[in-house]
Amino acid sequence: MHFFPFLAAFLLIRHLQRSLKFSPLLPKWKNMFWVGTATIVVLFFAFLKDKHGVLNDFVGVAVLGSLLYYLYNEPDFKPFHSYLFSHLPLLAAAFIGACVRLINEDFYEDFSSVFQIAIVGAFIWIFARVANSKKQDEALRVAAERKAELEALVKERTAELTLQKNELEQAVTELKSTQAQLIQAEKMASLGELTAGIAHEIQNPLNFVNNFSEVSMELIEEMEQELERGDIEEAIAIASDVKQNLEKIGFHGKRADGIVKGMLQHSRASTGQKELADINVLADEYFRLSYHGLRAKDKSFNATLVTNFTPGLPQVNIIQQDVGRVILNLFNNAFYAVQQRQKQSSSDYKPTVEVSTALLIGFIQIRIKDNGTGIPDEIKEKIMQPFFTTKPTGEGTGLGLSLSYDIIVKAHNGTIDIDSKENDYTQFTIKLPLTN
Amino acid sequence: MKILVVDDEADVQPLFLQRFRKEIRNHELEFNFALSGEEALDYLKEKHSEVVLILSDINMPGMSGFDLLTRIRNDYGIPPPPVVMMITAYGDEESYQQAMDKGANDFLTKPLDFNLLKEKLKPLIV
Repeated sequence: MHFFPFLAAFLLIRHLQRSLKFSPLLPKWKNMFWVGTATIVVLFFAFLKDKHGVLNDFVGVAVLGSLLYYLYNEPDFKPFHSYLFSHLPLLAAAFIGACVRLINEDFYEDFSSVFQIAIVGAFIWIFARVANSKKQDEALRVAAERKAELEALVKERTAELTLQKNELEQAVTELKSTQAQLIQAEKMASLGELTAGIAHEIQNPLNFVNNFSEVSMELIEEMEQELERGDIEEAIAIASDVKQNLEKIGFHGKRADGIVKGMLQHSRASTGQKELADINVLADEYFRLSYHGLRAKDKSFNATLVTNFTPGLPQVNIIQQDVGRVILNLFNNAFYAVQQRQKQSSSDYKPTVEVSTALLIGFIQIRIKDNGTGIPDEIKEKIMQPFFTTKPTGEGTGLGLSLSYDIIVKAHNGTIDIDSKENDYTQFTIKLPLTN
Repeated sequence: MKILVVDDEADVQPLFLQRFRKEIRNHELEFNFALSGEEALDYLKEKHSEVVLILSDINMPGMSGFDLLTRIRNDYGIPPPPVVMMITAYGDEESYQQAMDKGANDFLTKPLDFNLLKEKLKPLIV
């Protein structure tokens, strides 16, 4: 039975040699393989004459054992570890057989068939394992190939995605700068629409300033005459009129001043600073500016302006300029809607735009309602989208409501709601939280 | 002579009163004021026979000066119809034409030239 360990060792080397046939490791090990094979053959034949000696068994165990130990410790053969391990049952069986034989020859002889079966079984086990591992190796090889393919694919895709990501980042940067330009353009467009309204609004107080100063000159002359004549009473009456006029000059001067300041504030880039503001004042100012802006373009246009301001509203902390733009935008839209409807309707249509403010729990509400063309249901979803406009090309940027949404909802944590019925009315409701 | 001034700006009132101070004191002119077209019509309902001249702003919230003019020409056609002068900040051809078509007697632009207005009033003062 000593024959099997030798054979196993011999076949082990042959197997390794075959496995490394196409590997760069072969030249390094080629000679060692031959030396190993030769050693096994020599040892086998050297101890062959001791046909039934126990020494022969131990030499076989030693040859196989030392070969396994040697290969196990060589890093080059790491992939073969499972193959090496498949020899262990044979090694163990041969070793136990040899030991038993050494200790009790008779016992061994009695049960020699058991040991022989064990050794042959262990030997067959090696080949069963080899066959099995070949199948596994094949599967592993296929898996490895697939993995390599996939990895290449992943690498390719990653490269594509990285490229796309860079392109997208570039696009986002460009879009951001375009957006900033568009916001400024939109602001300027709405200012352009306002120019006429602003001119009218400034002209009015300026007329008063001029008229009251002229009439005061006349009054002073009259007062001098009265004084010369000695009519002190009349002179005092005139003086009180002059005083009143000077107050009016001051008042209207300040009014014009406020309008110019408001206009400058509107055209400047937003500071983003929140400050306390009176919503009633803000809404009233833009209501009139918007109306006169449209009137300046369309002289035949006339609308009823209704204001329902709740007096004594608490001030709200807002970016005045931005919220002002939203309100202005909604007024412009409202006047545009009633103007459009007026063009289509009979003469008994009364264009009306109404603004109201109210104090709710924790909120201030601004409501702008017009009895204009209304918003058809099919576009209600779209009106907040950037660049959506129903105006003819060149008349609207399509950014008004989308910017309004950003300003009210994103920057002020407020809400903006639309209620509308086609050819009936449109109502925008803005709610601004008092604690901002 | 009774004059009705219709303007939504309240401050035109002291202005007229002071500009025509002498005429008022001499009882040549008497001024009444309305802040809207609606208010003017209410006033005219009672006193249309007394009012000789109406000076109305065109651009007012609610009823515009043009609406008022149309109503006056429709409702108070019995001779002698009141003289109506329209006043506007928009001194353009279009507004002028519209005022004339609707039956205005004259058309004045803001800022009001009171000396010119006085000239125009002279032939009316009996």
